[in-house]
Amino acid sequence: MTRRVLTRWLIVLLGLHGLVVCAGFFSPYNPAEQDRNHVYLPPQLLHLVDPTGHLHFRPFVYPWKLRPDTPDLREEDTAHPLPLRFFVNGAHYRLLGVFPARLHLFGGEDTRICLLGTDAYGRDQFSRFLYGGQISLLAGFLGAALTLLLGTLVGSVAGYFGGLIDDALMRFAELFLALPWLYLLFALRAFLPLAVSPLKAFFLIIGVIGAVGWARPGRLIRGVVLSAKERDFVRAARGFGATDRYLLWNHVLPETRGVILTQAAILIPQFVLAEMTLSFLGLGVPEPVPSWGNLLSNLQQYSVLVSYWWMYLPALLMVPFFLGYLGLASSLQERTETYMIERRSLGGVT
Amino acid sequence: MRTARAKVHPRRNLPSLLMVLGVVSAPLFAGHPQPKNPKEEFLVMPGEIGHSGGRLVVSLRGEPKTLNPLIAADSRSREVIGVMQADLVHINRATQLTEPALAKSWRISANGLTYTLTLRQGLKFSDGQPLDADDVLFTFRVYLDENVHAPQRDLLIVGGKPISVRKADAQTIVFQLSKPYGVGERLFDGLAILPRHLLEKPYQEGKLGQIGAAPNQWAGLGPFRLKEYVAGQRLVLERNPYYWKADTKGNRLPYLDELIFVFVPNADAQVLKFQSGETDLISQVGAENFSVLSRQPRGYTMVDAGPGLEYNFLFFNLNDAGEKSSPEVLRKRKWFREVKFRQAVSAAADREAIVRLVYQGRGTPLWGLVTPGNKRWGNAVMPHPARSLDRARALLREAGFSWRDEPGGETALFDSDGKPVEFSILTSSSNADRSKMAALIQDDLKQLGMRVQVVPLEFRSLLDRVTQTKDYDACVMGIVSFDADPNSDINVWLSSGGTHLWNPSQTHPATAWEAEMDRLIEEQMSARTFTERKKLYDRAQEILAENQPLIFLASPDILVGAKNTVGNFHPAVLEPYVLWNAEQLYLKNVPESASR
Repeated sequence: MTRRVLTRWLIVLLGLHGLVVCAGFFSPYNPAEQDRNHVYLPPQLLHLVDPTGHLHFRPFVYPWKLRPDTPDLREEDTAHPLPLRFFVNGAHYRLLGVFPARLHLFGGEDTRICLLGTDAYGRDQFSRFLYGGQISLLAGFLGAALTLLLGTLVGSVAGYFGGLIDDALMRFAELFLALPWLYLLFALRAFLPLAVSPLKAFFLIIGVIGAVGWARPGRLIRGVVLSAKERDFVRAARGFGATDRYLLWNHVLPETRGVILTQAAILIPQFVLAEMTLSFLGLGVPEPVPSWGNLLSNLQQYSVLVSYWWMYLPALLMVPFFLGYLGLASSLQERTETYMIERRSLGGVT
Repeated sequence: MRTARAKVHPRRNLPSLLMVLGVVSAPLFAGHPQPKNPKEEFLVMPGEIGHSGGRLVVSLRGEPKTLNPLIAADSRSREVIGVMQADLVHINRATQLTEPALAKSWRISANGLTYTLTLRQGLKFSDGQPLDADDVLFTFRVYLDENVHAPQRDLLIVGGKPISVRKADAQTIVFQLSKPYGVGERLFDGLAILPRHLLEKPYQEGKLGQIGAAPNQWAGLGPFRLKEYVAGQRLVLERNPYYWKADTKGNRLPYLDELIFVFVPNADAQVLKFQSGETDLISQVGAENFSVLSRQPRGYTMVDAGPGLEYNFLFFNLNDAGEKSSPEVLRKRKWFREVKFRQAVSAAADREAIVRLVYQGRGTPLWGLVTPGNKRWGNAVMPHPARSLDRARALLREAGFSWRDEPGGETALFDSDGKPVEFSILTSSSNADRSKMAALIQDDLKQLGMRVQVVPLEFRSLLDRVTQTKDYDACVMGIVSFDADPNSDINVWLSSGGTHLWNPSQTHPATAWEAEMDRLIEEQMSARTFTERKKLYDRAQEILAENQPLIFLASPDILVGAKNTVGNFHPAVLEPYVLWNAEQLYLKNVPESASR
């Protein structure tokens, strides 16, 4: 039962991440390309039925035109439908960051089709959302990997050896928990050269996330290790003369696997949010490189907030990602718990 | 001059056609109707007759640092001080011409060296004490005292020597200059006359800088005086019952009982307060907020007052890097100092797009320092070349730059040593307009193969980098001139000026064209006629256009708004845009019976 739920969540997440990973293919345009004649265009809805009631099998959109006698209100120009073309050649990109390609899932004929509208520079929000996901999700992944690595290292050493080492490491971890990391980042940024390239900024974010994030999973893993090392089979192995390294690697650490996986599912969305916070405050990857935080930072302005509702859409589209991770985390936890119970009852029998 | 939201103090001295005549007198507004007190000589203001009473609420972007004009340097302080103090001769913000204020008339000698000013009869400070020539003498003594460090001191040094002031009789003061001064009587605008009876003692004790505006410490000659100050919240001013202006029916101004400044931290909050009716006036509205407010006006009217005097520009760091700098810095400075490089950047900048995207069409593209809001000083023959990437590329090629194809379908620009052209542009993080401009230029320059990064920085540290540490590549900034006269921004154009942004405070002009600029600016300062000054200034504009130390981009319109109940609302394109005629503003919805 739990296994099936788990698989379902995994499939959902894989699908969503597939979209983001292959952003170049799924998004029709270069996310930094400006179209200065079409700024703040509302989203174009996909239509299948035209005003006369005819059904078309090829989806189409309507271009926006200014409503007569208004300076900035637009309406759909139903006289000029723009059919969607599939598998068209367009902007250059690198699939998975490696393979140069030009093929896009869809595109317009000669007019741009912007499913999520455009921003202040006429950049396609849909493309920006997908490309932005690459930065934000990758930051989440790498950040989680780094924290878990550090956390496992510190947690297992502290838990396994105990005593003074444990005390020292855990006080150190508490120090990190208490650190005001946002201000730390501000301070760190002040020491760096003025212009930080997007790549450097990205690794800076991950570094900061990793440096401050390891303490909590570290403490958790220490707890698991603490109880694992007292297990009968571990004691037995020790009785037979197993070395610390052997015990840690073959008997203790495998016990932490469930916790680590669950933690990963919790930490990834948390660190995606951290990246978004930093970019929102202008400390993340610099524009025009899109990231989810950069997309949302448009909403800092009152005029955007009240005039262009579609600037909220990226926020809405991020929800399934976070939901997916939360679902995954909870079913992973359930699985770990049942596994533990099984192990324990088995242990009683033998 | 005001740099962005910065508070650099101006040299605010202006010329006048009237100067040409050598003699000025005759108030612009003739006729002295029967003042209520026959001993008082009122200045009569034309305009709608309002009625007295009521309070007007205005938002101020943050708290004023001080109300003491001797130390005030920030724009918020100046805005409040503007309605609490008065000057001898005033520049009418609407007509941009001088008009009598505390001095009812003035005379300039034929050689341009002696200014004789006659004070109005019956003038009183806001505490009821009379004003006479001794107060004026005291005022200028204080301004000129080096120990006071008044920002006004700079304005009173003409030809390297301080102006000397002497009293002819109780109503007449004579100013003696060592050299003719092109700006003429405009010199007196903004120089608040100080109350000797209150300030003499603190001045002797050297404590003038600690004086605030409390009624027992200070008295002014402006239409309003301090009533209440609530730190962090608001400043309440009340009418000055001794004010010296009247309407054409002989009613003493101002009409309003109270003028309240509420402190609001940012532009969006100001818009919200105005939209909800909490404030009566709004000025310096951004174009986006302007269209939000214009969409469904509820009881208020938004006005596009037309082009102002703000010019926005991009500039490169032209400072001498020094030998100790890294090769990277030296390489960049070499590009920036290449005039063709700057010309190419200028040719590639899409100014029309800036006006459209940043100002939503409520602005004007700029190719020179004189904005269309400035009617008299523009050089009409200056070219306005359209954007041309081809011309930009040709210029770069001439300067030894070349292009190489990069993997991924992009072309990158390389200098003659084969290094890629990469640099960063600073913008003020609190100014959304300029950040947007920088983002547009970033994209424009990408099309030339330049890799540009935009770095938003808090304004203070930005200014510090530009004027002190000089550690930056390029910067997008803006300046708001105080007045149409070229002398208003003299510190930007003189190579010795502290705000000669691209290479400030030089001991000797670094380039030949900067030396010529210096000469032209100095010469126009003491030139006697407008035509003469204009000719010199036209040439200065051409030099700037040729050398592009500042790459001018665009000038926004002055966008303001007022509740429909505010009478005599006539926004000006000069600061303070909406409060310049505060004494004439009135509320139409105050019942007549309530008026005095």
